[in-house]
Amino acid sequence: MSDTPLLDATGVAKSFGAVKALTDAKLSLSEGQVVALMGANGAGKSTFVKILTGALKPTAGRVLIRGQEARVGSPAEARRSGLVPVYQEPSLIPDLSVADNLKLGDTPVAPFRAWLDELGIENLRLTDMIADLPLATLRILDLARALAAEPDVLLLDEMTAALPTNLVENVLKTVRARADAGMGVIYVSHRFTEISTLCDSATILRDGRTVGELPIEPGVEDRAVELMLGAKIDLGKRKAGAARLNTGTPRLSVQSVAAAPKLTDVSFDLYPGEVLGVVALEGQGQDELFDVLAGFAAPTAGTLAVDDRPVGFNHPADAIAEGITYVPGNRADALLSQRSVRENIALPFAARIANWGPLKRRYEKERVDYAIEKLQIDTRAQGEVQRLSGGNQQKVTIGRWIAKGVETLLLFDPTRGIDVRTKRQIYPLVRELAGQGAAILMYTSELEEIPLACDRCIVIFNGRVVDMIDAADADEQTLMRAAYGLTEAA
Amino acid sequence: MSNVTSDPVFTRAGRHLAQNPMIPLVVFLLVLVAALEIMRPGIVTPFRAGRDGIISTFWLGNLIKFAIPLAMLAACQVLTMLTAGIDLSVGIIATVAAFVCATLAGSLGTTPAVLIALLCGVTTGLVNGFGVGIVRVHPLIMTLGTGLIATGCLQVYQRLVINAGTEIPTFLSWLGTGRTLGMPNGLFVFIPFAAFILWLMRHTGFGRLLFALGSNENAARLSGVRGWQVYLALYALSGLIAAVAGLLYLGMIRQPSLSLANPLLLPSAAAAVIGGTSIFGGRGSYAGAIVGALILRVLDTMLTLLQMPEGARTALFGLIILAVTALYVRITGSR
Amino acid sequence: MTLIRNNAWVISLALLLAVLLAITKAIQPGFGAPGLESLARAALPFAFATAGMAIVVIVGGIDLSVASMMAVCAVTAAVLMERMAGIPALLIVLVVGAAMGAINGALIVLTKVPDIVVTLAMLFVWEGVALLILSTPGGATADWLEAAIRGFFLFSWLPKALLIIAIVTALIWAPLRGTKLGLSIYAVGSDERAAFRSGVSVGRTRVIAYALCGLFCAFGGLSLAALTGIGEPVPGPYLLAAVAAVVLGGVVLGGGKGGLLGPVIAVFILRIIRTILTLMAVDPNVTTIVEGVIMVGVVMLGTALTMKGAQR
Repeated sequence: MSDTPLLDATGVAKSFGAVKALTDAKLSLSEGQVVALMGANGAGKSTFVKILTGALKPTAGRVLIRGQEARVGSPAEARRSGLVPVYQEPSLIPDLSVADNLKLGDTPVAPFRAWLDELGIENLRLTDMIADLPLATLRILDLARALAAEPDVLLLDEMTAALPTNLVENVLKTVRARADAGMGVIYVSHRFTEISTLCDSATILRDGRTVGELPIEPGVEDRAVELMLGAKIDLGKRKAGAARLNTGTPRLSVQSVAAAPKLTDVSFDLYPGEVLGVVALEGQGQDELFDVLAGFAAPTAGTLAVDDRPVGFNHPADAIAEGITYVPGNRADALLSQRSVRENIALPFAARIANWGPLKRRYEKERVDYAIEKLQIDTRAQGEVQRLSGGNQQKVTIGRWIAKGVETLLLFDPTRGIDVRTKRQIYPLVRELAGQGAAILMYTSELEEIPLACDRCIVIFNGRVVDMIDAADADEQTLMRAAYGLTEAA
Repeated sequence: MSNVTSDPVFTRAGRHLAQNPMIPLVVFLLVLVAALEIMRPGIVTPFRAGRDGIISTFWLGNLIKFAIPLAMLAACQVLTMLTAGIDLSVGIIATVAAFVCATLAGSLGTTPAVLIALLCGVTTGLVNGFGVGIVRVHPLIMTLGTGLIATGCLQVYQRLVINAGTEIPTFLSWLGTGRTLGMPNGLFVFIPFAAFILWLMRHTGFGRLLFALGSNENAARLSGVRGWQVYLALYALSGLIAAVAGLLYLGMIRQPSLSLANPLLLPSAAAAVIGGTSIFGGRGSYAGAIVGALILRVLDTMLTLLQMPEGARTALFGLIILAVTALYVRITGSR
Repeated sequence: MTLIRNNAWVISLALLLAVLLAITKAIQPGFGAPGLESLARAALPFAFATAGMAIVVIVGGIDLSVASMMAVCAVTAAVLMERMAGIPALLIVLVVGAAMGAINGALIVLTKVPDIVVTLAMLFVWEGVALLILSTPGGATADWLEAAIRGFFLFSWLPKALLIIAIVTALIWAPLRGTKLGLSIYAVGSDERAAFRSGVSVGRTRVIAYALCGLFCAFGGLSLAALTGIGEPVPGPYLLAAVAAVVLGGVVLGGGKGGLLGPVIAVFILRIIRTILTLMAVDPNVTTIVEGVIMVGVVMLGTALTMKGAQR
């Protein structure tokens, strides 16, 4: 091993207009080293990755590869300087065959095949179209392609997110072996188990700067979490109440609903006044479930009923007419980014033809002001929603339905990528709405939220409801086991 | 975490201008008028040429008169562009309406002829709305297609009525060529029309939906907006406006032909774009488009004075659309 | 498997064309080689406009200025051939076409304004340029140019025009398709980000695709000049026809799929429908309407199918 690090990034900063995504990021990597890059949502991880791989140009700072200033202007140049990334989303061309994709990236076929074998993918024909292959296979193809380029530095961005366990093991084994042979690896992940088996050290980002470089040793998790979060966070507490007794007719009744491609058979009842949590790992069918309930997609099987009346939705407007309103996971899907806060919140008022005429200004103002106050939306930058912070944007998407009056609310990961302060405002709000008689279905990717906001939760695995847990019993361990489909085995 | 800090001055100023284009537009218009006066002293201010008057009402009246049909067609573009669309059939719709009205007025009388002409516009608009809103064809392709079909229909129709002769309803002539207090009578139609469009955009649910569909169609859908209803109504309205503009233009030109209003198509889109309407949807101003139409008319006069050939004029309009759009993309940093 | 699936569409188009030819023959038993020859000749400009459009649609764009670029090339050819030797003039026209296309592409890449807006503006710019070169139809083309597309070659049933379409398209496209550049064009149209990450220079690929479109438009302009013997500065109705043929030919609006063979066959299908209508003694103006309706219908159907595919 030489003294000059393989890769040395210092003082890297990046601004998008007024938004500073990175202020002072650094990372150093020697031969044979595997460095984990960690950070909470919004810490600037993905921006840093894009800069390292040449997809973005930094506004300040520099990246040295083997002591040489890396002229990383594009992924192609990054590759020439010896850095090869594997991104979170597959970067293969869907309409081309595997062979054509290899040709496009100048990847030699023989080593590619060899790596595929090692990683445990067999029966792959080079003439297969990428669009016809399953996602997990694509991730492995991406990795094999990267390894075949014999990089000095390999960057893996959430490589294992969509992989089944056996493939994850293969990946970790193969990457570790390459590192032992001298390759440097940057491993972006939030999975501590993988990091502790694979990595030598961890670089932690927070608020756009590198706040620590920790060697991997027992107990590193606590220190890393502390660094990632800054101050110890407290999501608040909820007074333990008696478990709800659901009686009467359910507001929303879901019977054996299936929807392509991932939802196979889901049934549950949602009662007025309760918050029903949905627990699921990424991609277990929850996206399809919410699309069906919100009227974005028709179910392929099963029935829906509102207040015991069977219903069918062809358009979100049909669901809204039944009082079912939806806050999607991706805020960009829900907001008119160039329009004002007021107009965003008042949008549903004008939706029906009967309301195409003159605006009812006074009524509208009353309702919008109510929602703004209720949610404590920061309206200083109200001219354009795109200039609000993520948390405030999320409040606007929820506020839209609060202004209209909530009967049944579908919340899809409402706290994704927003600050802790806003999170702490959202849980009590959800409780309050339920207290007023609303029925709320909430999917969340953060398990510690379940006991804070929900009365009970259903666990979806592989497109089916596998468990129903009382929120009072829902510690993270229980939920995690259930989410991995381990309950029945236990 | 993303920190919202103060914007760079340039971006902020740019955004401000993009949202409030009226001031620079009016300044630009006045600069052009001044340039025109320098090129041909006395054209705007007769006293400098030794005649009476500080501002020539004749010049001003003429400017406004010819800007009116353009500004009306620009309304079609502003409204459709708000939803990230465009209506390339307005030129031919105006022509069809004018031709139908002129050929039928003699035999059926003015009112039925006008009604039938307007109906042609609405029908074509409905076809556009069907294609755009329900089948989801790109508006540009769809309206181009209906324009082509309408042209064919007009040719067939012309063969049918070849011996019928034409007659311009006197009411339309009065609107098109008459003057009251030196100003064109067309303003009697245009002022209420412009007020209606401004009201429609800012103070009705329909106007709000146009902005919403153009900014984020998915968000509109999520909020319960059925896009096809809006598109159908929008393109039908656009067709109706185009037909009205065609009738007004007929009264002005008094010579129906198979390509009467077609040359107004490109300037109508240019006027909308110059006036600060984004062709990508979600941002637009009709007041701006009216000033845009005036700017184009002054520019047109200048190019005529410079004896610019037709080709240079067409190319220039194309470049203006491109330059203004590129400028907006640049200064707002968004589409 | 996928090869068969991809070619199935082209094969069924070819079959449809054969059926339409048979119908033509049935209506007009005298329809033979001469009819075929005039059909191929009339299809020339449409075929080239379509081939050019197909390439930019594959790269994920659209070029609304094809008809205007063809007009520029036609008047350039007519003006130059009046004054200088034919071959250099022809080469100049081809360079002019490719340059116009490259300018379109460069403007799209540099201004970041969407293709549909840029090429709409350029539609008028190139139309203006054509009018500046020749304000009224005029000029003259070399005699051999007209002779080149008229009549038959080698066999008494093989129209020269058909041969020209086949040769030009094959010479430009076939060597390209398997190369890295050809793959890049598909890659950019299929998934721009993945293409960028695979090391494809997205901007350059796009400019080249538009330049190729311009080159095909130059051939289209030349064939226009050859058909009329003069230069006509006003763009013809090639835009919508090209879009319709591209869609009918199996190239998906949005990019990444299809080839040039399907669209060129589709051109002949659309042209032969016109022939059939003419043979049935339909008023030529009505024919225009029917044609317009068919083209709009094809685009609608194509869009509807694409939407369905995207939703799945």
